[in-house]
Amino acid sequence: MTLLRLDAVTRRFGGLVAVDAVSLEIARGGVTAIIGPNGAGKTTLFNVISGFTAPTEGRVVFAGQDITGLAAEDIARRGLVRTFQLVQLFETLTVLENVKVGRHLHTKGGLVSALLPLRSRSIEAGVEQSARALLRQVGLEAQADMLAGVLPYGQKRLLEIARALAAEPKLLMLDEPAAGLDRGETTRLAALIRAIVKLGVTVLLIEHDMSFVMNIADRVAVLDFGKLIAQGTPTEVQRDKDVIAAYLGTMEAAHA
Amino acid sequence: MISRATIWADVRRNPALTALWALAAALVAYVFVTGGYLIAVLHFAAIYVVFVTGLNIFMGYAGQVSFGHNAFAAISGYTSAVLTATYGWEPLAAAAVGLCGALACALIVGYPTLRLRGHYLAMATLAIGLIVYEIAVQWQSMTQGYMGISGIPPLGIGRFTVTSDRALLVWLIGFAALSLLAAAGIRRSRLGRAFVAIAGSEDAARALGIDVARYKLVAFLISAFYAALAGSLFVHAVGFVSPEVYGLHMVVLAFTMLYVGGIGTIGGAALGALVVALLPETMRRFSEYQDLAYGAVLILILIYAPGGLAALSRLRPASRRKESA
Repeated sequence: MTLLRLDAVTRRFGGLVAVDAVSLEIARGGVTAIIGPNGAGKTTLFNVISGFTAPTEGRVVFAGQDITGLAAEDIARRGLVRTFQLVQLFETLTVLENVKVGRHLHTKGGLVSALLPLRSRSIEAGVEQSARALLRQVGLEAQADMLAGVLPYGQKRLLEIARALAAEPKLLMLDEPAAGLDRGETTRLAALIRAIVKLGVTVLLIEHDMSFVMNIADRVAVLDFGKLIAQGTPTEVQRDKDVIAAYLGTMEAAHA
Repeated sequence: MISRATIWADVRRNPALTALWALAAALVAYVFVTGGYLIAVLHFAAIYVVFVTGLNIFMGYAGQVSFGHNAFAAISGYTSAVLTATYGWEPLAAAAVGLCGALACALIVGYPTLRLRGHYLAMATLAIGLIVYEIAVQWQSMTQGYMGISGIPPLGIGRFTVTSDRALLVWLIGFAALSLLAAAGIRRSRLGRAFVAIAGSEDAARALGIDVARYKLVAFLISAFYAALAGSLFVHAVGFVSPEVYGLHMVVLAFTMLYVGGIGTIGGAALGALVVALLPETMRRFSEYQDLAYGAVLILILIYAPGGLAALSRLRPASRRKESA
């Protein structure tokens, strides 16, 4: 069953066509990776799907509903939660508080419950419990009371994922989750993503690290100059002539 | 930098801050017993605790900037003054009308501007502060211009009125304490977390489903309510109001208190208000050098405790970090 469908999605910036009529279906469950050379339009496509940029043309359908051009917070409310290529943590809050913010969509309460100590205490107990459980899952339990800003880079990435999971997404979109991680951290990240998929969350990610993609992705979509040039299983994509040309092409350009 | 989310818990672990609080409490007790002029200074400080605590919710928690919260104090304060002194209303009813008027004004200003990023809001708030000041000066039939309105009755309900300076101090400290408790409750709640998330990263907040424009507006309205409450308390405490009371000076003073006390922290607003209100008094012996000495002390605080007095606990780790860098 299709969870996310893109119908001829196009995004232009002036004369530049960053995403060019991309049509793509992401099935429920599993890991789909979007790969492509630098500047292929991967992050723009992510921004269009998650509502941070409106598409110039085309439609985005998520869980059967048209979400084209909706605000990012409305899309998040429907269960599509993303992380960022440059980690966006609330750096002056503690690690635990970062995850608690992620519970926003699944808790209630405004000014009135904030001013009623007994009421807010019972809500807070639940938030605290689920936040700590998520920190345990990503292995940041010991860092719960540290400020997020002082974490080493790899742990910041894990925290961002934990915070996104706190929002209980149907579709989790990770923008280059392995960027800047060492080999050990990358292995742990792959295990974490596998565990997330087992919980029934569909994962869509952008990645540069090819061995990581081939290891973790069930399906791969390849972008080049904004166009979708191939999709399929990792092995199918690896054998695809257009994909080899795209990557060799950039290699030749690099040598030239 | 702006949203430094320290919470009460820090107070317990922090001897320097505890000592500061003990000193403040001792001072209040001393003034309460001896009375005299200093009691009026503490009235002033307590009212500013309310004002600055509200400003802290908007600026410290949500990380926005406003130069115009004096407008909301002025609207509510003048409404209180005119309705009680000119029309003989009950202070409570007059203040209720004033608070609603200030909130309506905050909604009209905040709704369009808070949807924009950047400095539009700061400019709009600056404008509203200046406009309300001009109205207070020019609308002479209602506000009596620079002359001001005198004969404003003291706080009270029906036949019960707060007439003595000491009783007034108790009531004002009560209002200040409630303000602080409410701010602490907000900070610990889902609402307060949404505010500090916006200050941390608007993009990340939106990606987690937080309606950034809406929560900025809520923070703005809450802080406008605090400002309006402070404005009404002021006219009843002093019994007189003129445009200068709510001039740009009020903004400068509130900013000083916020940064000296520690923006983003809950107790900081209270400490800052107390210190900044008392500083000019302790500097009186320097007579003509008073302002200079006052300025020097403020600069010293900001250099050696850049997070404000409430961040004194972090002084040592901060300098260690600098050495290792």
